[in-house]
Amino acid sequence: MTEMTYMDRSRIRNFCIIAHIDHGKSTLADRIIEKTGLLTEREMQAQVLDNMELERERGITIKSQAVRIVYRARDDKEYILNLIDTPGHVDFNYEVSRSLAACDGAVLVVDAAQGIEAQTLANVYLALDHDLDVFPVINKIDLPSARPEWVKEEIEDVIGLEAQDAPLISAKNGIGIEEVLEQIVTKIPAPQGDPQAPLSALIFDSLYDSYKGVIIFCRIMDGTVRRGSNILMMATQARAEVVEVGYFGAGQFIPCEELSAGMVGYITASIKNVKDTMVGDTVTDADGPCAQPLPGYKEVTPMVYCGMYPADGAKYPDLRDALEKLQLNDASLRYEAETSIALGFGFRCGFLGLLHLEIIQERLEREYNLDLVTTAPSVIYKVYKTNGEVLELTNPSNLPEPTEIDYMEEPIVSAEIMVTKDFVGSIMELCQERRGRYISMEYMEETRALLKYELPLNEIIYDFFDALKSRSRGYASFDYELKGYERSEMVKLDILINKEEVDALSFIVHSASAYERGRKMCEKLKEEIPRHLFEIPIQAAVGGKIIARETVKAMRKDVLAKCYGGDITRKKKLLEKQKEGKKRMRQIGSVEIPQKAFMSVLKLDDK
Amino acid sequence: MEKKLGIYMHIPFCARKCLYCDFLSMPAPRPLQAAYVRALRNEMESQASFYRGYRAETVFLGGGTPSLLSAAEIRALFSCLHDCYRIAGDAEITMEMNPGTVTGEMLAACQSAGVNRISLGLQSAQDEELRRLGRIHTWEMFLQSYRLCRAYGFDNINIDLMSALPGQTLASWRDTLEKTTALTPEHISAYSLILEEGTPFYETYGGESTPAGSYERENTERAGDALPDEDTERDMDDLTKRFLAERGYARYEISNYARKGKKCRHNCIYWTRGEYVGFGLGAASLVAEKRWSNKREMQAYLHRWENPDGGQGREESGQRLSRKEQMEETMYLGLRMTQGVSLVDFRRTFGCEMEEIYGEVLKRYTAMGLLRCADGRVSLTDRGIEVSNYVLADFLL
Repeated sequence: MTEMTYMDRSRIRNFCIIAHIDHGKSTLADRIIEKTGLLTEREMQAQVLDNMELERERGITIKSQAVRIVYRARDDKEYILNLIDTPGHVDFNYEVSRSLAACDGAVLVVDAAQGIEAQTLANVYLALDHDLDVFPVINKIDLPSARPEWVKEEIEDVIGLEAQDAPLISAKNGIGIEEVLEQIVTKIPAPQGDPQAPLSALIFDSLYDSYKGVIIFCRIMDGTVRRGSNILMMATQARAEVVEVGYFGAGQFIPCEELSAGMVGYITASIKNVKDTMVGDTVTDADGPCAQPLPGYKEVTPMVYCGMYPADGAKYPDLRDALEKLQLNDASLRYEAETSIALGFGFRCGFLGLLHLEIIQERLEREYNLDLVTTAPSVIYKVYKTNGEVLELTNPSNLPEPTEIDYMEEPIVSAEIMVTKDFVGSIMELCQERRGRYISMEYMEETRALLKYELPLNEIIYDFFDALKSRSRGYASFDYELKGYERSEMVKLDILINKEEVDALSFIVHSASAYERGRKMCEKLKEEIPRHLFEIPIQAAVGGKIIARETVKAMRKDVLAKCYGGDITRKKKLLEKQKEGKKRMRQIGSVEIPQKAFMSVLKLDDK
Repeated sequence: MEKKLGIYMHIPFCARKCLYCDFLSMPAPRPLQAAYVRALRNEMESQASFYRGYRAETVFLGGGTPSLLSAAEIRALFSCLHDCYRIAGDAEITMEMNPGTVTGEMLAACQSAGVNRISLGLQSAQDEELRRLGRIHTWEMFLQSYRLCRAYGFDNINIDLMSALPGQTLASWRDTLEKTTALTPEHISAYSLILEEGTPFYETYGGESTPAGSYERENTERAGDALPDEDTERDMDDLTKRFLAERGYARYEISNYARKGKKCRHNCIYWTRGEYVGFGLGAASLVAEKRWSNKREMQAYLHRWENPDGGQGREESGQRLSRKEQMEETMYLGLRMTQGVSLVDFRRTFGCEMEEIYGEVLKRYTAMGLLRCADGRVSLTDRGIEVSNYVLADFLL
């Protein structure tokens, strides 16, 4: 297919698929790839683009992916379609925006039964912000509950997109895919750009490969890049010589001669670290750079921090190596060494959000076989000290003495929640409980409302989404973006076990909820800490003042009074299990705390 | 000089499986029993050559319910035993019996076969409690069986009891102890009910069988048949200890009490790591520092021992225990006995002081009052026995 490399720009379409979660984005991508014959059905693993094991399991896209397909349209001409898959979670909003910037148009997938959801709106607005031409596709029309006509109207009324000729499809059953491809060709414009101009290419993702080094995923806006070109990443100022350029086959990289304006493909240049190829940065020709970098680059910064410790202290170097390797592929992951009195040596790690945190945690456990103890995630607080210093607090233990603090600020997000009429009340109640500030409510149509709230980030990172789902019987959808910092009355809640403060259990909480959280923490810990030979008080304290207390009663009896005869294996297994249990405990003074206690306290749900 | 040996024979049959039982036993038709006894004899016969240098000090016929065997089967089994193995003249020969299955004919057969100790599984003197356990007998039936044993002249009888039963109260347990001791058996085993996975009881009582053995029972609200809570359980243990001591039964192991000179010698072999060989389905052995267990599948067992020459070579598997394992066993088995473990014996066996291996653990638990070091022996204190799993786990190296 090398001849295609030189194909006329007018026969290229760069597009993405946007959708609310579960509306069928990845399935449609699969069908498109299948339809255009890149892979036979047998070769298709379900959801080709989500190629991390985790992505498939969770049914979400974590990293951007791209694939190039060739389609012979009804006009009997062959087109190159570059599908850029975007991450499907609010944690990765910036990556989404860069992927969109690499496209010229977007296919909006809407579920024929559910209609528009919060992420549908958020994604459409994002796409329109990037001047993409968007056309809708109505998916899952084979469902008994499908209401395609109603959804069409909704799309027109709410979003203002022409929807009368929207393809009615079932991605799952391969119905209507042809029509989608045809509309991609007719409704999405061909890319602009000048192949003779100085090189400017947008990085929308990168991947570390142990043989090739960093593989830059990019969209060429202007100019041409080929093997031997000297390139410069404009934001990071990293330079390198191009070793290979190419495009994306399904699940493989296919080298080609050159990439020129309008094309989507990859560049390798023996770059050692993804930190040099930040998403959103501009690749240009070092010998003849473009005048200006492409707009929209920003450095992504973690929103959520937590401590990660190896369950077995001896595995600390393994954890460090694993984090180092993960960071090669994930420039938004931050970590630095820290020490906890309770947990020993570990790392304070920064993430884009809780999902990102969970993904990294799972990958560390699965791919690197590490057993981790994770402390409660915390947002970044700004601590304005009386001496004029401003501290960005990522670890609650580092909060200065109250006397040194002038005031504190916490991050606030603008949230949009879409919910059916019946649940508006309970969702508003939830937002109030979470210290939300009501902004507005609009009825999208008779039965559904869009609620806008400003919420403190620390109120939504743990279990807000779960609470939202359970209070709306799964009907509410949710999206948010960081708004900024606001002054707030925050205090540090300390936990004392057997009168000793356990640093890894401290967290920052709004003063109004300190008592409630403290009480729940104590209750939860009482469940988690096994009985010892002595009584153990568990206390919650703010600024040295005890605000809640529970007691773990002393163990009275633990004896195996049974006749096992000559077969001692059971007896030994029991003792081994007990010994193993002791090992999985963290010794705090004379108290042994199970490692899961450090994590279970995250789930203090409101039921 | 001949080495000492304990011999165990397993009869994996019961009239009915009790609801709490996880031992290797099953109801079985007569022909299967007969085939099993044949296989068992063949196994004993074929293995005899490996034990030429041994003399059996104890023999234990356990189950299951050995008293389900016919008098003829008992005779056949013991004659095989006496033919193939050297049995000491003063050997303790125990047979387990289930109340309700004891007949004069069987007792006569036992007597002539050399059985001189009987272990009766009573569990409780309360019919309601027995019913809940799924036992096949009542208190009255037990009494008849017990009296029959005495009438046939058996003067060394053990009675098995169980506390922490569903619906059991401190008062009903006291009554059980009361009635049992009134009969003046020579030996009493007082166990606690353990909810074992895979048993109907485990399903019913939702056994959170934590390693600590301390079930969260506070929420088990069941009218009448709830399991006693942890505190009641411990009160029962306290009562057992005091009550039996007052009536002349000395505790010599966590759950075993005997009148003077009437400890179960066979069980003591287990705790002191004497050598023993087990015959029959799933039976366990410790010989020459190797532990092994027979296969647990009935058909495979029957097939293998269809003929006396079915076993080419010794029925054993498993590695020789390492020195470390031997030390661990010495401690966690030995400490189950109130006499504890002798420092001198430890040094003689392992060539080093116990202190060198377990110094830290001994020190910690002695300081906590859970272990006692006196007269050249280490043993659990009364409080140590109550939480013995917690302590013994730390003797694993």
